[in-house]
Amino acid sequence: MSKLTLTTEGDTHVVVTRRFAAPPEAVYRAHTDPQLIQKWLLGPEGWTMPVCINEAKPGGKFRYEWTNGTGRGFYITGELLELKPYRRIVHVERMHLPDPTPDNHVETRFDADGAGTLMTMRMTLPDAQTRAAMLSTGMEHGMEASYVRLEGMI
Amino acid sequence: MQILDTAFSALADPTRRAILARLAQGEATVMELAEPFEITQPAISQHLKVLEDAGLIVRRVEGTRRPRRLARAGIEAMDQWLAMLRKALDKNYDRLDEVLAAMEPHRKGETR
Repeated sequence: MSKLTLTTEGDTHVVVTRRFAAPPEAVYRAHTDPQLIQKWLLGPEGWTMPVCINEAKPGGKFRYEWTNGTGRGFYITGELLELKPYRRIVHVERMHLPDPTPDNHVETRFDADGAGTLMTMRMTLPDAQTRAAMLSTGMEHGMEASYVRLEGMI
Repeated sequence: MQILDTAFSALADPTRRAILARLAQGEATVMELAEPFEITQPAISQHLKVLEDAGLIVRRVEGTRRPRRLARAGIEAMDQWLAMLRKALDKNYDRLDEVLAAMEPHRKGETR
């Protein structure tokens, strides 16, 4: 199974791709069904997601709250803009640390790839500075999918 | 964390990324670095200062020349940080692999 790729695109985008053995229907459901999301979208070891709300409809809201069990925690809120079943999800989100970060506009595509799925998540930040801040601090708080690949660039 | 923030900000600019790509091939002077760009030498010097402050490049004194090269420590610190981010994301998706494997196969004709 080919693994994760992380690249930056232009000044404001971050693109993540990952292949899965399951068909797009299943991968899409795992991204929209709160009971499934709660099982995997957890970040580093030791974190859990006690609150997982996802209305899974265009215009719907979602809210994910994480804790590491020692009093540290944070949450993400967002709105779903487009949902094309099994193919595509477009949403905006921001982290609350507790002050909200600038909106991250995210398009997630699920393309059939043989018997499996190629997922492509394309994030758009408002500007280069916000992307830089996200890349340097995002994972400190556990979760934000924010990456860049330096190989080839340096 | 502060230095990493500065380093990622430094990378947000395409000219500075191009400068780093050039320096990855070896040491170069300001003049050599300015050559491929349609910008002035002072502008290049400004970019070099940002990269230097971010700990991504260092300069050497050689007579009147001040050749720049990549700062191994700064580049490695960024690489390590990114490897850590990547690992955390990998972990999410490895868990998702397990979730998917445990899911009931979707019945044929089911549209929900």
